[in-house]
Amino acid sequence: MTQLPETTQRKLGLVIDLDTCVGCHACVISCKGWNTENYGAPLSDQNPYNKEASGTFLNRVHSYEVQPDIGAAQLIHFPKSCLHCDDAPCVTVCPTGASYKRVEDGIVLVNESDCIGCGLCAWACPYGARELDAAEGVMKKCTLCVDRIYNENLPEEDRVPSCVRTCPAGARHFGDLGDEDSEVSQLVAERGGMDLMPELGTKPVNKYLPPRPKDTLDEIDILAPLLAPVAEDPKGFMGWLDKTLEKL
Amino acid sequence: MHPAPSVILFTTLSGIGFGLLAFLGLGLPLVTGWLAFAFFAVAYLLAVGGLLASTFHLGHPERALKAFSQWQTSWLSREAWAAVGALVVMGVYGAGLVFLDLRMPILGQIGAALSLATVYCTSMIYAQLKTVPRWNMPLTPVLFVSLSLAGGALLAGAGFLALILLGSAGCVQIAYWVVGDTRLKRSGTTIESATGLGHIGSVRAFEPPHTGTNYLMSEFMHVVGRKHAAKLRIIALGLMVLAPVILIMSPFNYVLALLLAAATHLAGVCVSRWLFFAQAEHIVGLYYGKR
Repeated sequence: MTQLPETTQRKLGLVIDLDTCVGCHACVISCKGWNTENYGAPLSDQNPYNKEASGTFLNRVHSYEVQPDIGAAQLIHFPKSCLHCDDAPCVTVCPTGASYKRVEDGIVLVNESDCIGCGLCAWACPYGARELDAAEGVMKKCTLCVDRIYNENLPEEDRVPSCVRTCPAGARHFGDLGDEDSEVSQLVAERGGMDLMPELGTKPVNKYLPPRPKDTLDEIDILAPLLAPVAEDPKGFMGWLDKTLEKL
Repeated sequence: MHPAPSVILFTTLSGIGFGLLAFLGLGLPLVTGWLAFAFFAVAYLLAVGGLLASTFHLGHPERALKAFSQWQTSWLSREAWAAVGALVVMGVYGAGLVFLDLRMPILGQIGAALSLATVYCTSMIYAQLKTVPRWNMPLTPVLFVSLSLAGGALLAGAGFLALILLGSAGCVQIAYWVVGDTRLKRSGTTIESATGLGHIGSVRAFEPPHTGTNYLMSEFMHVVGRKHAAKLRIIALGLMVLAPVILIMSPFNYVLALLLAAATHLAGVCVSRWLFFAQAEHIVGLYYGKR
């Protein structure tokens, strides 16, 4: 059903640490690797070894340059996947009921056998989290690795989304954001976790931890006084050189 | 947004087709027998032809019937119901006129209301999207319905009424463009709010996630042709409103002028609809530093 549940029992989601992410794209590859051979249709590529290569991905890493008013520019790597919104606009627009939000854990999923591939849900998503697979003609999106997190055939440490399991920097965290005492909720509270495009009212479950403020060191360089710039008004040999070069 | 030909064709043809059905339902013109058959045939060809065109862009057209199920939340589903309702009711009403010389006014009025409701539902598919600020305003349904009424009146040969409706549709179109041009800016959504990094400083997309293109970029970020937008707006308005108005008022053969007027109007609406998509900026483009 495309009517959103009033509340969900849990709010499973990701917390992504923009301070820690090194932009290695390992989460992108591990996501594609797991999801192309598990839940639903594979994630196809078009012209993978030629010009105009493209393909379906459920997770992509952007990089942004942020220029503060004072100081050097910062480079921030920015992984983006489905935010499993509480007020998911992609679900309500679906004409067939293929898209739905689960009451038990808040995961937004697509039932691919009901999807007609109209693309309207991708139009309704502000985050670019849904991609229509060009080979299968159905909508693909992050499942929060629903086939891993409850999978008792996997060792316990693997029962987290593939991207979280693979992140070498520990920049991705998985848990219940509806539970105030959970580790992810505490992380969000401690670090000021934020929503993307909050003005749209989608109420994303996934949170992003902003980069920590850069520290500024006081001047402690003992050689600095000795390395003062060339005198404004040079005398002696330097004065002569300055004048001569000026005349040339 | 990517201006897909199937969607442009669908909204243009079915818009004008349902507009004509609405006028036929109201008894404008009051026709029976073979003449009624001709009018209804044109209206059904346009409306149904448009609906068929819309299925071309589906990934799985064979599952299209499932699209009737979610009318409680989805405008696309509501559109499907309204379209089928209008076609069935107007079919019964039209059959009465053609074969039995019988006019059932209430049935016709219900059919007319359903026809306009279909156009309204189509427009709400676009107007509901907060992700496309240019569409997300009440002027979008006003534009679709007024163009549908103008085209319908033109095909119904409604003369003076057609002139008024064409003129008002032209005014709505201009208002839509003027207001639409400021919508993205006024939506308050920027690359800073998209990334949440605005508190640090100004944000610039430095490196995209991949070197090639992807579904999002081809579907939502259209830049080709926008540079001719001003010229195309004038062409659209000329073909859609000015040419038909001049043709109707000209002293030539009325039927010939009407057919010509209908043809230029249809071409003009196509151009306008192309701009409707090509100029619409989806906010996901902000993540890519594109519009």
